[in-house]
Amino acid sequence: MDLHYLTAHELGDLLQRREVSAVEVTEAIIDRIEAVDGRVQAYLTRTAEQAFEQAKAIDAARARGEKPGPLAGVPMALKDNLCTEGIRTTCASRMLAGWVPPYDATVVRRLKAAGAVMLGKLNMDEFAMGSSTENSGFFPTRNPWDLERVPGGSSGGSVAAVAAGEACYALGSDTGGSIRQPASFCGVVGMKPTYGRVSRYGLVAFASSLDQIGPITRDVTDCALVLGVIAGHDPSDSTSADLPVPDYRAALRPEIKGLKIGVPREYFGAGMEPEVETVVRRAIARLEEMGAVCEETSLPHTEYALPAYYLVAPAEASSNLARYDGVGYGLRVPGKDIIAMYMNTRSQGFGPEVKRRIMLGTYALSSGYYDAYYLKALKVRTLIRRDFEAAFAKYDLLATPTAPTVAFRLGEKAGDPLAMYLSDLCTIPINMAGLPALSLPCGFSQGLPVGLQLIGKAFDEATLLRVAYAFEQTTEYHRRRPELGVA
Amino acid sequence: MEYEAVIGLEVHVELKTNAKAFCGCTTAFGGEPNTHVCPVCLGLPGVLPVINRQVVEFGLKTALALNCQVAPFCKFDRKNYYYPDLPKNYQISQYDLPLARGGHLKITVDGEERVIGITRVHMEEDAGKLIHVDGPDGGYSLVDYNRTGVPLLEIVSEPDLRSPAEARAYMEKLRAILQYLDVSDCKMEEGSLRCDANVSVRPRGSQAFGTKTEVKNLNSFRSLQRALEYEIERQVAILEGGGRVEQATMAWDENRGVTYVMRTKEEAQDYRYFPDPDLVPLEIDAAWIERVRRELPELPDARCRRLIDDYGLPAYDAGVITSSRDLADYFDRVVALYPDAKTVSNWIMGDFLRLLNAGNLEPRQSPVPPEEMAALLQLQKEGTISGKIAKQVLEEMFATGKGARQVVQEKGLVQISDAAALAQIVEEVLAANPGVVEDYRNGKDKALGFLVGQVMKVTKGKANPGLVNRLLKERL
Repeated sequence: MDLHYLTAHELGDLLQRREVSAVEVTEAIIDRIEAVDGRVQAYLTRTAEQAFEQAKAIDAARARGEKPGPLAGVPMALKDNLCTEGIRTTCASRMLAGWVPPYDATVVRRLKAAGAVMLGKLNMDEFAMGSSTENSGFFPTRNPWDLERVPGGSSGGSVAAVAAGEACYALGSDTGGSIRQPASFCGVVGMKPTYGRVSRYGLVAFASSLDQIGPITRDVTDCALVLGVIAGHDPSDSTSADLPVPDYRAALRPEIKGLKIGVPREYFGAGMEPEVETVVRRAIARLEEMGAVCEETSLPHTEYALPAYYLVAPAEASSNLARYDGVGYGLRVPGKDIIAMYMNTRSQGFGPEVKRRIMLGTYALSSGYYDAYYLKALKVRTLIRRDFEAAFAKYDLLATPTAPTVAFRLGEKAGDPLAMYLSDLCTIPINMAGLPALSLPCGFSQGLPVGLQLIGKAFDEATLLRVAYAFEQTTEYHRRRPELGVA
Repeated sequence: MEYEAVIGLEVHVELKTNAKAFCGCTTAFGGEPNTHVCPVCLGLPGVLPVINRQVVEFGLKTALALNCQVAPFCKFDRKNYYYPDLPKNYQISQYDLPLARGGHLKITVDGEERVIGITRVHMEEDAGKLIHVDGPDGGYSLVDYNRTGVPLLEIVSEPDLRSPAEARAYMEKLRAILQYLDVSDCKMEEGSLRCDANVSVRPRGSQAFGTKTEVKNLNSFRSLQRALEYEIERQVAILEGGGRVEQATMAWDENRGVTYVMRTKEEAQDYRYFPDPDLVPLEIDAAWIERVRRELPELPDARCRRLIDDYGLPAYDAGVITSSRDLADYFDRVVALYPDAKTVSNWIMGDFLRLLNAGNLEPRQSPVPPEEMAALLQLQKEGTISGKIAKQVLEEMFATGKGARQVVQEKGLVQISDAAALAQIVEEVLAANPGVVEDYRNGKDKALGFLVGQVMKVTKGKANPGLVNRLLKERL
């Protein structure tokens, strides 16, 4: 039995029946990491020692007759922008190369309380800015399906680790598609919950009004399980919603008859690979066969989402990233005075994409341009939100492609930021509107995974999961594993 | 030409909430550097601020006491600028939607009452403190973040002030109100009350504003007044010399007694304000505002009115006593026990304040509690001690912390009201001063005063003066 390719709930069942121990599972996955990570390069920091300690503690608890939850003893890993007490958290930036947070993110605390075994921290685009994980300040991660291709970004390390059997599940963050787009490229399930559903406390901010933490898993059941653990109000995050968290696993029923699904035509625009479109349309047809009512619809302001996003996100980022100045922590490059020290530190600490966005954002917020750029973008954001409100007056959810293409080659778009930005075309509007969305494997094109994106009403993750689960029950795509040249 | 000044003040008040504005750290002053800190007030990566409800509550109290309109909906903004003691390199503040606007307060200068407009009241967080250390390579700087995130209120006045004296009176009145509200300890020496002054001058009678300068960080009433006096004179000198005042941000050099330019309009900061996406907007409902309004304490103006109406105190006395809540509270407690308000007021404004000032003490730190002050006045009224002795007793009470009766007993200061005992002394004084006795009998009334003084001298001031007078007259 390949323990490293089981889902979290399958492993959880084995652990609960004590057919395997958490230590055995941990060992198996650490062996897998040893075997493949040299090629995939998903991990920035590995914490095997702590993982074994956590695994032993879970085994001991079970031996005492305790019954910890279904994720207890299941090995997982975190995107390296989630703060972990005592374990370095770098955001894949030289700026934070040696930084060790003195505290855990709320989601990390919740996972620890659920008995999670943490294997380490995963690669990403620097400060979560990018769509390919080539912008990591350290090294690019590769797509397990084709090592010459990108895993997507910015949660590329998290997604590649889950796809390659190097973690049973992972957490990523999604500001404009950073969980869903790589999930689509690597054939796993990735969800961006509603803005406010999961506490952002301890997530190193990129764009605060768009960022959301979410699960990356091998199937929908795992997605429901992990979301159930990390969701819920947190008094440390005033933007986190004080709403009850449903039992997401209990919501998974293979029953979608009569459900109304809108298919916005703007998401099938120019730049879409025909074969990807075919695969996605076939998936939507399958939902129809299962009893859903699918109908073409329109979200007329979609085309403005990308430009508005590239004002709002960099504006917030320029402010959020101002704290990396060499004064209190992180990299410091000396200079003849304080201004020179700031400039040297920031020049050498940040990579080109981060600098590009800081400059864009600083410009967009500066006096004289604020109204024309930032404020205008906020107005566009309102229009986009209204598009969705209108659509959700008619439909229970929306279905679209997650990304216009399959995974592209390393280096293919690295020199062309605008081409790179287009790969998040289908995901960005959802962040602008703060809605929940999920990407799940729905087929293959050129032997590479294609993702179907389901978009839900605010705080209605349950419906998304239910539809995704129903779809998954009728397909085998989520069971396929990349070869990677090892058993 | 005659010029007049146009002055507006931006006052920063540190609130004495239990916790900082956006985290649970203590706001206590001092402490070992970097001990009153947590990931949130250090602005570490990943942290989020959460507004402390008490900050809003204190802000509301202040806004209502200053007769402002409270906004039903306000939000927090980021003010972006680089400074080494600002951990996030932005300050959480309020920009276009502040907590409250449009209030006023009254001041009286040279007997003239003036109403000074309040433009706005908003909430923000304080920065840390830099400590500069000289060293062989030009020195280095240390940062103490204990103060970062301490809540501040910024209270901005309209440009309604016309002289440094008015600016000072405004600041003093504001401090009194804040102390009455108990929202700040208002210790200027610890920076918990400080202000920036916008000042311009114009020919008297002109309606147009002149070019203003902003004098930053004035942290005592004295520097406020001196800096304004200097800056007004400087601007007038420029105009009289045919020059133009440059718009600039100035600093005040307390030692040299001059203002100097920190930066000019060309170097002005672009703060790139925008709504802080980490903080949800604040909705303040009418019920909340009404509750706070009901709970407002009696404020200086109302209390002053009450002292005049209820106790018949002169306006001057009432003004002095109510200028500090501490002093007014002390007065009220003494009067409750010794209901002769004018006598109490005389004592408090006189010897009591003198002794407090000499010891650099606040009324609440007085070694003489109100009960003992009342006891002292009672001893005098009963005739146990004379007024002159009472002053001595009060000094002794201040010095030792002992009660009035105890001091009088221990020092044997009880007034001699025993006619037989005094008669003896009177006889001796008359015998020793035959010439004066003669003078008196020849119609020189002033001679009696000398004889009374002699009796007092012999008794070390303890003789009952009324009785001495009577006895002397009888014998003469």
